[in-house]
Amino acid sequence: MFKAKLSCTGLLLLAGNVAADWEVNLTRGVTEISREIYDLHMIIFWICVVIGLAVFGVMLWSVIHHRKSRGAKAHNFHENLFVEITWTVIPFVILIAMAVPATATLIKMYDNTEAELDIQITGYQWKWRYQYIGKEIDFFSSLSTPRDQINNEAVKGEHYLLEVDNPLVIPAGKKVRFLLTANDVIHSWWVPELAVKKDAIPGFINEAWTVVDKPGVYRGQCAELCGKDHGFMPIVVEVKPEAEFDAWLAEVKQAEQEKTAQAEKSWSLADLMVVGEEVYNKACLACHQANGEGIPGVFPGLKNSPIALGDQSAHIDIVLNGKQGTAMQAFRDQFSAVELAAVITYERNAWGNKTGDIVSPAQISELKEPAQ
Amino acid sequence: MNTSVAATHHHGPASGIGRWLFTTNHKDIGTLYLWFSFIMFLTGGCMALLIRAELFQPGLQLVQPDFFNQMTTMHGLIMVFGAVMPAFVGLANWMVPMMVGAPDMALPRMNNWSFWILPFAFSMMLLTLFMEGGAPNFGWTFYAPLSTTYAPPSVTYFIFAVHMMGISSIMGAINIIATILNLRAPGMTMMKLPLFVWTWLITAFLLIAVMPVLAGVVTMMLMDIHFGTSFFDAAGGGDPVLFQHVFWFFGHPEVYIMILPAFGIVSEIIPTFARKRLFGYASMVYATASIALLSFIVWAHHMFTVGLPLAGELFFMFATMLIAIPTGVKVFNWVATMFRGSMTFETPMLFALAFVVLFTIGGFSGLMLAIAPVDFQYHDTYFVVAHFHYVLVPGAVFAIMAAAYYWLPKWCGRYYNETMGKVHFWCSFIGVNITFFPMHFIGLAGMPRRIPDYALQFADFNAIATVGAFIFGFSQLIFLYNVISCIRKGKPADDRVWEGSHGLEWTLPSPAPYHSFSEPPQVK
Amino acid sequence: MSTQSYYVPDQSRWPILASMALFLMAFGAGNMINALSAGDGGGVGLVMLLAGALGMGMILVGWFGNVIKESHSGLYSQQMDRSFRWGMSWFIFSEIMFFAAFFGTLFYVRNLAVPWLGGEGDKGVSNMLWQEFSSQWPLLSTPDPQLYPGPQAVIDPWHIPLLNTILLISSSFTVTLAHKALKLGGRSRVVFWLAATILLGVIFLYFQAYEYAEAYNELGLTLHSGIYGATFFILTGFHGLHVTMGTVMLIIIWLRVLKGHFSEEKHFAFEAVSWYWHFVDVVWVGLFLFVYIL
Ligand code: HEA
Ligand code: HEA
Ligand code: HEC
Ligand code: CUA
Ligand SMILES: [Cu+2]
Repeated sequence: MFKAKLSCTGLLLLAGNVAADWEVNLTRGVTEISREIYDLHMIIFWICVVIGLAVFGVMLWSVIHHRKSRGAKAHNFHENLFVEITWTVIPFVILIAMAVPATATLIKMYDNTEAELDIQITGYQWKWRYQYIGKEIDFFSSLSTPRDQINNEAVKGEHYLLEVDNPLVIPAGKKVRFLLTANDVIHSWWVPELAVKKDAIPGFINEAWTVVDKPGVYRGQCAELCGKDHGFMPIVVEVKPEAEFDAWLAEVKQAEQEKTAQAEKSWSLADLMVVGEEVYNKACLACHQANGEGIPGVFPGLKNSPIALGDQSAHIDIVLNGKQGTAMQAFRDQFSAVELAAVITYERNAWGNKTGDIVSPAQISELKEPAQ
Repeated sequence: MNTSVAATHHHGPASGIGRWLFTTNHKDIGTLYLWFSFIMFLTGGCMALLIRAELFQPGLQLVQPDFFNQMTTMHGLIMVFGAVMPAFVGLANWMVPMMVGAPDMALPRMNNWSFWILPFAFSMMLLTLFMEGGAPNFGWTFYAPLSTTYAPPSVTYFIFAVHMMGISSIMGAINIIATILNLRAPGMTMMKLPLFVWTWLITAFLLIAVMPVLAGVVTMMLMDIHFGTSFFDAAGGGDPVLFQHVFWFFGHPEVYIMILPAFGIVSEIIPTFARKRLFGYASMVYATASIALLSFIVWAHHMFTVGLPLAGELFFMFATMLIAIPTGVKVFNWVATMFRGSMTFETPMLFALAFVVLFTIGGFSGLMLAIAPVDFQYHDTYFVVAHFHYVLVPGAVFAIMAAAYYWLPKWCGRYYNETMGKVHFWCSFIGVNITFFPMHFIGLAGMPRRIPDYALQFADFNAIATVGAFIFGFSQLIFLYNVISCIRKGKPADDRVWEGSHGLEWTLPSPAPYHSFSEPPQVK
Repeated sequence: MSTQSYYVPDQSRWPILASMALFLMAFGAGNMINALSAGDGGGVGLVMLLAGALGMGMILVGWFGNVIKESHSGLYSQQMDRSFRWGMSWFIFSEIMFFAAFFGTLFYVRNLAVPWLGGEGDKGVSNMLWQEFSSQWPLLSTPDPQLYPGPQAVIDPWHIPLLNTILLISSSFTVTLAHKALKLGGRSRVVFWLAATILLGVIFLYFQAYEYAEAYNELGLTLHSGIYGATFFILTGFHGLHVTMGTVMLIIIWLRVLKGHFSEEKHFAFEAVSWYWHFVDVVWVGLFLFVYIL
C-alpha cells in the first residue's frame, strides 16, 4: 500500500514537473515597482559576483602559486596602512552606490496616497478576508486544492496549493490600496509578481498598494508562519479590465442576495447535512479534523463534546462568535445563515453525535441580524 | 567538598564519573561542552533530515504539518543554542586559558555550573515533544501572538528552558571575560592577544548584553500567557511587533555571537598553514569590535515587512549595509595573509579556506537581504534560509570542525587520520553546497519558508537539496569516527603539532597537562 | 601581575546540585503555572518548585560557605579578588540590560504603539479598528475596554513614590557610610549603618506592597488593565524583586559583619552587595522618572 502510494507520487511528480517552469531567479513581475526591484536585485547580484570573483580570484591564485609544495617561501609583510584604507573606502563607495537607487524605490513603495480603490485584507487562520471598502463586498478566500491531492491520492493539478475558491479581483490600471490586518496571529500577504509583501498584524493596519496594467491571474502565499496550515494559505489575484471588473462587482452583489433568500426556505436534516459537511470540510476540518476528534491539547474534539451534544444555543454561540483568546474564530461573517445552520446541524449529527437536532437557517438569520 | 582547603591544585584528574560531574578544570569542562554540542548537532541534524525528507517531494508524506512546524522550531533552537553556542564555549574553555597563559578559568566552580545547566535545559526542551499539544511549533523566532495566545501549553516549559540557557550563557561569558581581562600572563598585553581570544572577548560582551534581553522578552510572553498582561496584544494597547523588536535586539547580535569566534578560529588557522603572520592584526581587532557595535543597531532588518515607518526602514537598511565594510576587511586580511605565504592544506586549513569562500557567499546574500525594497521579495523565503545556512553551516560549523582538527592533537596528544579528515572535508564541502545552494533558487522563485508542502515548480531543487542534506549529514559520521579513533589510537603528536604554529598553547606538551600554566609564562 | 598563587578550587559538588535544583524549580514552575492556567490546582508543580527552591537555598549557603572558608584560609590572592570584581561588574551589567528590555518596551508603547492605535503618526490608520479609542498616557481606557478594563486612576508620584525615592536614595548613602566605616575599622558603626540600610530597604518594600494593594483594590490598576498596568507592574515588580534580593544580601553581610568577617582591606563581598544596592537604587530613579512622573 505504502509502496503503491510512493510510486504513484513519483509519477505525479513527473507529470507536475513537465507543466511547471524551471525558475531560478526572482520574478520580474508585472508592476513598475516589481520591475524596479528586479533591476535592483540584479545590480546588487552582479556587484557581489564581481567582488566575489576578485576576492576568490586572488585567493585561488595564492592557493595555486604560493603553496609550499611548489617551493613557495613565506614573505614577511603583515601590515600596510594604504591597502587597508583602500579596501575600507572602496566597499563604502560601492555601498553608497547601492543605497541610492534602493532608497528611491523604497520611498516610492511607501507612497500610499491617491488610491482609487481601498481593500481591507484580513488574515485568518488559514484564509483571507477581502472587504472592498465602500462597495459592500466582503468575502473569504481559502485553499481550494482537494485534500486527496495533498495526501498524494490524486494527481496534483497545475496550480497545486496555489488555487483558491474566491480570488481577489481588482481592476487593471488603477491604484489599489490594501489595508492589511489580521484576526488572530500575524500573517503576511505576498504576491511575488506584484512585489507586495506586507505583514498582517492583529490590531494594527499596514498599508500597501499596487497598480497592475496587465490583466491576468497572479498567485502568491501567506509568508509568515501562522500555525499549522501556514503552508496552505494561498492568494490568488485576478486583474480584470475595468468593464469586466464592474460586471464582476454586480455579479457578486447578485449572488449575495440570492444567498439571503435561501435562508427563508425550510430545510430538511438531510439537506443541511450535505451542505454542512461541505462547509465543515472547508472551514473546520483544519482544526477539528475530519473525524471530529481534534488534536488533543491544541484543538478540542467535537465528537462527543459537551457543547456539540448539549444545549444548542451554546453551540451556536461559539460558532457565530468564536472564543476570544483562542484559535476558535467568529464565523458569523464568514458564512451565510444557511451554511452556518448547516454546519452546526452537521456537527450535532456526525461522527455518532446523534442528537437529531436541526438548527434552522431562520434561527441563525435572526441572530446574525437582530431585528432592529 | 573542598573542606581541607590545603592547596591541592597540582594533581591529575579524579577518576570515575565524578571527574566529569564535579570538575573545576577548564579542559574537562571544555570537553564536556564539546561532546554536548556534538550530540545536540546530531539531534538537530536528525530533525533537519526529517524536514528535508518531508520536502523531498510535494505532498504530505512523512509528517503532519503541525509536527513539521515543531521540527523546524526545535531544529533551529537546538542548532543555535545547543550546537553552535556550546561548541564555541567549549573551545573557549579549552583554549582561552592556554592562549593567555592562565592556570585555569577565572571562576572554575561557576564554570562547571554554566555547563551543567545546559543538559537540564535541553532535556526540558526536548521533553516538550512528548507533552500534550506537542513541542513549540512557532519557529525559533517565536513571534507573538502565535507563541502566546495561540501556543501549545508546552510553551511554558520552553520559556523556562530559555531562561536556563540564558543563565548558563551569561555565567559562561562572565567567566571568559574575567579570565581574559584578569588572568593574562605577564607581558601578554591586549594587543598581543591571539585573535581567537579577542573575538571571544567581544563575543562574551555581546552575550552579556543581549541574553538578558531575551530573558526579558520571554518573561513578557509568560506574563501575557498566564498573568493577563497585554504586552503583545493591541486590545490592551500593546503591539505584537514589539515582541519582534525586543526579540531581534537580542537576535541579531546573537547571529554575530555565532560567527565572531569562528572569525577568531580562522584567523588562527590561516597564518599557521600559510606560515606567515596574520595580515592586519590591529584592523582585525577593530573590525571585530565595529561589527559587534553595529550589531546593536541593525535589528529591524529582520522586520522590513512588518510596516516600519519609512525613516526606520531607511535607517536600518543603511546601518545593516555598513556591516559589510568591517566584515570585508576581515575577508581581505585573510586573503592577504595567504598571499605570498607558503601554504599547505591539512584538514583544518581546508575547512578554513572553505569557510572564507562560503561565508563570503553567505555574506553577499546577507547584503542583498539588507536592501529593504528587495527584501520585500526575499523575506521569509528559502532565499533567507539559504543565506543563514551559508553563514552558519559552512560558516560557524565549518569553523568549529576546523578548530577541532586543529587543536585535537594538542588536546589528546595524538594525530587524527589526515586522509580520513580530507575525505570528511570533501564530502562535507560537496554535501553542504548541494544542500543549500539550490535553496537560493527556490527562494527567488517564490517558495516561502516553514511550509511542509509546496507548489510543483519548486520540486526539482527541493529534491536535490534533500539529497545533499543526507550526504552532508552522514559525512559527519566520518568525523565522529575520526575523532574517536584519534583519541584511542592516533599516532603521538609533538608539542608544536603544526610546522607553522605559534602562540602559547603550542609551548605546552601534547597532550596539554591537566593544569596548564601553574607557573605563568613570560610573554615577550 | 603574577598568577603564581591563583587558586583553582578542588572538585566541587555544588554546581551540579545547583543545576538539578534549578531544573526542579523550572520544571515545577512550568508545571504549576500550566496547571493553574488550565484551572486544575498545581500540586505536583508546587512541590517540585518548593523542593527546588529549598535545595537551591541550601546549596547557595553551602557554596558560599566554601568560598568564605577559602577566603579566610588566605587562599585568595589580589588577582582572585579582581576576578570577583570583574564577575560582579559584568553581572550587574547583565541586570541593567534585563531592565533595559522593559524600559525599551515602555518607551515603545508610549511613543509609538499607543499613538498609532489612537490614530496618530505613521500607522494611525490602525485606528480604523479601534474607532472609540484615542491615545493618551497614562492609558486610562484601552482600545478594547471589555477585554482589558483600564484603571480608574494612576498612582500619584508625589506621595508614596516620592517617599520611596527618598528612602532608597538615603539607603544608598547609608550603605556608603557603612563602607567608609568598614575601611576605617569602626565595626560598630558598620553594624549601625548597615542596619539602617536594611531597615530603609524593608520600609521601601512595605510601602511598595502597600502601593500595590492600593493599585489593585482602589485604582483598578492591575496586570490586566492594559499596557499601562503591564509595564507598570513588570518594571516596578522586577525592581521590587531586586530590592528584596538586595535586602537579603545585605542581611547576610550584616550577619557576617557581626561575626567579624571583613577586614579593612579585604571585604569584597561587602562591596559587591553595596554595588548591587546602588544599581537597584539607580534603576529606581529611572522608574520614578519614567514610570511615575512622566
Ligand atoms: C552567523 C550568522 C549570520 C551572519 C554572520 C549574518 C550576516 C549578515 N546577515 Fe544574516 N541572518 C542570519 C545569520 C547571519 N547573518 C540568520 C540566522 C537569519 C535568519 C533569522 C530568521 O529569520 O530565522 C539572517 C537573516 C538576515 C536578514 C533578514 C532577512 C529576512 O528575513 O528578510 C538580513 C537582512 O538584512 C540579513 C543580513 C545580513 C548581513 C548584511 C550580514 C553581514 O554581516 C554580512 C557581511 C559579509 C559580507 C558582505 C561578505 C564579505 C564582504 C566583502 C567581501 C566586502 C565587500 C562587499 C561588498 C561591498 C558587497 N540576515
Ligand atoms: C547553526 C545552526 C544550523 C545548522 C548547523 C543547521 C543545519 C541544517 N539545516 Fe537548518 N536551520 C537553522 C539553523 C541551522 N541549521 C535555523 C535557525 C533555522 C530556522 C528555523 C525556523 O524557521 O524557525 C533552520 C531551518 C532549516 C530549514 C527550513 C525549515 C523550514 O523553513 O521549514 C531547513 C530545510 O531544509 C534546514 C536544513 C538544514 C540541514 C539539512 C542542515 C544540515 O547541515 C544538518 C546536518 C547534520 C546532520 C544531518 C546530523 C549528522 C548526523 C547523522 C546523520 C547521523 C546520526 C547519527 C547518530 C545519532 C549517531 N534548516
Ligand atoms: C483555527 C482553528 C479552528 C478552526 C478553523 C475552527 N475551530 Fe472550532 N475551535 C477551535 C479551538 C482552539 C476551540 C477551543 C476553544 C476553547 O478553548 O474553548 C474550538 C472550539 C469549538 C467548539 C466548542 C467545542 C468544545 O467542546 O469546547 C465548537 C462547537 C467549534 N469549535 C466548532 C467549529 C466550527 C463549526 C468550525 C468551522 C466552521 C470551527 N470550529 C473551526 C479552533 C478552530
Ligand atoms: Cu497565514 Cu502563514
Ligand atoms: Cu540580522
